Amino acid sequence: MTSQEKTKVVLLACGSFNPITNMHLRMFELARDHLEDTGRYRVVKGIISPVGDSYKKKGLIEARHRLEMARLATQNSDWITVDDWESQQPEWVETAKVVRHHHAELISSENNNDDVDTVKCGKRRKLEKNENIRQSSSNNTGADPPYLNLLCGADVLESFGVPNLWKPEDIEEIVGRYGVACITRCGSDPEKFINQSDVLYKHRKNIHLVREWVTNEISATHVRRALRRRQSVRYLLPDPVVSYIEERSLYSAESEQKNADVILAPFQRYTSTN
Amino acid sequence: MVRGTEMAGRIPLVLLACGSFNPITHQHMRLFELARDHMQQTGLYRVVAGIVSPVGDDYGKQGLVASKHRLAMARLALKSSDWVSVDDWESQQTDWTETVVTMRYHYNRIAAQYHSSKDPPTGSDVPQLKLLCGADFMDTFKVPGLWRDDHVEEVVGRFGLVCVSRGSLQPDRAIHESDLLSKHRRRIFLVQEWVHNEISATEVRRALRRGQSVKYLLPDTVIEYIKEHNLYTQDSEMRNKDVKLRPLTKQTIQD
Repeated sequence: MTSQEKTKVVLLACGSFNPITNMHLRMFELARDHLEDTGRYRVVKGIISPVGDSYKKKGLIEARHRLEMARLATQNSDWITVDDWESQQPEWVETAKVVRHHHAELISSENNNDDVDTVKCGKRRKLEKNENIRQSSSNNTGADPPYLNLLCGADVLESFGVPNLWKPEDIEEIVGRYGVACITRCGSDPEKFINQSDVLYKHRKNIHLVREWVTNEISATHVRRALRRRQSVRYLLPDPVVSYIEERSLYSAESEQKNADVILAPFQRYTSTN
Repeated sequence: MVRGTEMAGRIPLVLLACGSFNPITHQHMRLFELARDHMQQTGLYRVVAGIVSPVGDDYGKQGLVASKHRLAMARLALKSSDWVSVDDWESQQTDWTETVVTMRYHYNRIAAQYHSSKDPPTGSDVPQLKLLCGADFMDTFKVPGLWRDDHVEEVVGRFGLVCVSRGSLQPDRAIHESDLLSKHRRRIFLVQEWVHNEISATEVRRALRRGQSVKYLLPDTVIEYIKEHNLYTQDSEMRNKDVKLRPLTKQTIQD
């Protein structure tokens, strides 16, 4: 298959990134390797979209910090970028809407022939959105918009089963209209979960299970706990992120209590409409 | 992150990690961070330095690339560390060197520095030296011919171990199953690594052979070095394939 015949893929990761860790970054690398290894895809871009403060998750610190840490973490990546659209919205935005938004953005940039390409020429700096980039030789005129996949861990896939966390039509849209690249974890069995869900089973061809053979579970929760206890988190997150956190004493017992008595936005929104 | 005043009167401690470092990864560097936090949080110790001592090429382990590369990569990785450094004494010796010999060398060097220093910190003792290792290391003690009993006695009994648990590997069992280790269990500090992270140098080499990304598992500078020198390939993994591990030929099994 020539390069032109491969389907272009963009990976979008939504989440708290509170803070971003090496594990989050690894997910992108693993997913890209997996998809490109099939021979059918060419992963052209990765997008990190931190959730807005109005999500009201316990311990969630301000979006401006989470965005900046993600930027610091990806400054040495030539294909992963950070997007602030989601966090800039006044209210919490459902993931399906975020995916829809980015899909629309990708289509419009395709139509403008701003083809974002990840040619692996090592030293190339991370591209800013809307920068004028050289046109790809395939002269893609928007006939085939990139295949946008939600990148997530198996726990997110399994969260589809949590009552009032996701709207059924949103799940259908994410897996049916777009796609999911799911990093499987030791101890989780996403295939079983997919099999037990009619909507997931129906769209199983759009769910790419990326097997993580070697466990690598650096959770942000653990990182915040270590920071509260004045323990080192070096080598769990990129150095510039560690410095950023230390300089501002970002995570403390106090910051962990934020939103302690508040209901998570999706629960608030969906239960009130019942 | 312990304040200066809290450090007064504590025993200064140097942590020494011996190993292949083939290549060095974030996991290796985490060992030092975890060990330092643990030892300082006992309230008894002040960790003053960390040493990475890559094994010599004569060790004969399969897949071991030249020590000059392993040293260069470790130096790149630790460039930004203000307390851990790389030492090449062990790898420069003409034959494989027993861990206890390496420990004696470093201990003597540290003690000499302490004694010749004009102003040793008040109330400070000669720094202690302990061997830093992962839980998998504990299991090596029971491999026949790999360790001499008198060496284990000295490494654990005279110096001491700081052992970091790894994935499902818990060192308690290895201690329990060995009379020698059990005898010295008070000299073995067990550090829990709660983050379940099984990334190893073996996995990194495997990924590299398959053209897969290893980004975020080791520093970018080390990844660049590996690519520039095309270090880890099918061929490199076959090195020493039919060679016996040097400790097994150098040391005779004591009856």
